[in-house]
Amino acid sequence: MAGNRLDPWVDSYAERAQGLTASAIRALFAVASRPEVVSLAGGMPYVSALDSDRFAQIAAKVVRDQGTVALQYGSGQGDPTLREQILEISGLVGVRSHPDDVVVTAGSQMGLDLVTKVFCDPGDTVLVESPSYVGALGVFRSYQCNVVHVAMDHEGLDPQALREALGQAKSSGSRVKFIYTIPSFHNPAGLTQGLQRRKEILAIAQEFNVPILEDDPYGLLGFEGEPPKAIRSLDDQGVIYLGSFSKIIASGLRVGWVIAPHGVREKLVLAAEAATLCPSNFSQLTVSRYLSEENWQQQIKVFQELYRERRDALLQAMQAYMPTGTTWTVPQGGFYSWVTLPAPLNATNMLPRAISSLVAYVPGTGFYADGQGSTNLRLSYCYPQPDRIAEGVRRLAGVIDAELDLINTFGAAQTDQTATPPVRSINPLSNLN
Amino acid sequence: MRVAILSGGLNAERDVSLRSGRRVSQALRASMSDAELIEVDLDAEFLDSLNSDSYDVVVPLIHGVIGEDATLRSMLELKGIPFIGSGAASAARAFDKGIAAGLVPPGSAPPFVAFPQSFFREMGAPRILTSVISGIGLPLVVKPISGGSALGVRLCTGADQVAPALVDAFGYGDRVMLQQAVFGTELAVTVIDLDGIATALPPVEIVPVGGIYDFHARYTAGATEFFTPARLDPDTLNRVCSYAVSVHEVLGLRAISRVDVIVDSQGEIWFLEVNVAPGMTETSLVPQAIEAAGLQVGQVFSDLIYQAVR
Repeated sequence: MAGNRLDPWVDSYAERAQGLTASAIRALFAVASRPEVVSLAGGMPYVSALDSDRFAQIAAKVVRDQGTVALQYGSGQGDPTLREQILEISGLVGVRSHPDDVVVTAGSQMGLDLVTKVFCDPGDTVLVESPSYVGALGVFRSYQCNVVHVAMDHEGLDPQALREALGQAKSSGSRVKFIYTIPSFHNPAGLTQGLQRRKEILAIAQEFNVPILEDDPYGLLGFEGEPPKAIRSLDDQGVIYLGSFSKIIASGLRVGWVIAPHGVREKLVLAAEAATLCPSNFSQLTVSRYLSEENWQQQIKVFQELYRERRDALLQAMQAYMPTGTTWTVPQGGFYSWVTLPAPLNATNMLPRAISSLVAYVPGTGFYADGQGSTNLRLSYCYPQPDRIAEGVRRLAGVIDAELDLINTFGAAQTDQTATPPVRSINPLSNLN
Repeated sequence: MRVAILSGGLNAERDVSLRSGRRVSQALRASMSDAELIEVDLDAEFLDSLNSDSYDVVVPLIHGVIGEDATLRSMLELKGIPFIGSGAASAARAFDKGIAAGLVPPGSAPPFVAFPQSFFREMGAPRILTSVISGIGLPLVVKPISGGSALGVRLCTGADQVAPALVDAFGYGDRVMLQQAVFGTELAVTVIDLDGIATALPPVEIVPVGGIYDFHARYTAGATEFFTPARLDPDTLNRVCSYAVSVHEVLGLRAISRVDVIVDSQGEIWFLEVNVAPGMTETSLVPQAIEAAGLQVGQVFSDLIYQAVR
């Protein structure tokens, strides 16, 4: 007699959907959205810094003046005017290209998805930093890629480790489809590659004839000096560049872009049309009008200053509160610091205690495809106010102290084996409630 | 009638609770079309609303701490607001797995101990663990003394697994239970208590595809196979139903509860725990039992609501 599995299609799903299941960690994040909790978890841009009245006026003008276009299907590649404007923005990180090589996407996440769809068959290898962006790992997993992590040092992706990984892949016959990197203000590590480092990485990629997928959502959000030059600025044939308005305007607009070599671009447009027909015209025209009518450069400065202040609040609080043995990266831009806990603490196991203490973070294992990162966690400083950041770090430090106390209590626990009775056979149906 | 469907809360079962709230609210729309159904979260605003006659009755679907212990229910009792389910004192008894195990029919709870972390710290964990493992035997189950959804629960087949399991379990609460593992057919028995008569619905048999009824198996559709009624002989099914009603009554529970048991290969019934705000999600056990009994979730809850306000 068959029982009820509550899903009549459970045996029909694709293999790639096997990982799409409920998880206790994901459920814990439901608490993080409550105002009582200081969430240092999500990477939500602080959109309250925008002038919402001005945005309302812009959106109204889009509908009033361009309604028949804004509310209609559009080009699969994206609005031509916006693509011109995107090149102006990309020029700030040294990217020079032609509007024909730009594909507008529903956030750069869609660009990531399209590039992977176009390049990767199941089992193909992609090289990623160690750790890497959780959203990218999700895409690579969904296309059943073989994800290989490559070590980073204080300046991001380690060229020597990259060379070794490419060499090993070559000798083992693996097909490496691209190197995925976030060179500026890395998510989650908070690290930035210097120009020389970018040149070294590019030279290695060229030597092995492997393209680079450069993800650059934070490039304009540095706290000091000029924005780092994109790797794409050094090579327009071997680098596919992902950009986004999510952090420099607003994530809710869902507008990003890909700048790709001509052949790749052709395929991306066709793949984009198959996926969504076209990006939202309304969002594109809103962004385009914002860029043409507003002082967006000044708005980026506002964001830079706001995030710098929050970064400082985080660093000062960690310096003041964190227990001995805890270390962290010092980001020069972007949203994140990467924390390493005193051994042998496990950030995933610690999360329920943190949620009970009304502070949330993202455990490090989420940023690896292979189970690494248990002693790490990512802290985001982009969304909470500075005083809340300090309070969150204070709470987190208390959680780490409590966890250290637990480890001290049980870490050295050894049972007397002579007192251990024989183990009975295990039936999986047990009192696990 | 203004009915507050209370779900959410601030503990690790918030997401499950929100799903329970949505499911019950949806079901009540059909069966109580004349009522004003208000989905509310447990927050300061809700507590303020208790001072202002905002609701005629509350349906508490907060799982875990605050929702299933005495906290929320004592607030509602204090304010004199009718609510579905067990009162504060009986909920407190049921929510603490150790206390509940001590009150259920003698000999039906597997041997256990329940300790706070401070006891291990002050007395020395190795000494205590040696004594506990020797006394209870292996395999044993380590679980937080309160809370649900299998969070922080681990089966330990070796002595070296016990300390790491305790570290995990203490992440969910200050007291932890170490209990002899029992094996057999895992069952959930819903008890509906209307007009002074507690009735057990058909027991739901739980067969996780992956072998363990953990969080993933509980809340991923397709990850567990259910048989309702359970594939047991009629006599055993009757004994299980009678047992569940006796647990409901001995703990002084009201309206609705879910008693979880294991029936071993000898036909022995073992008590695991009882829930006073059982899950009502798409993959939860109580809705399956209600449907197997030929009832509807909305009708059962509307009956309980009208009983609460009488």
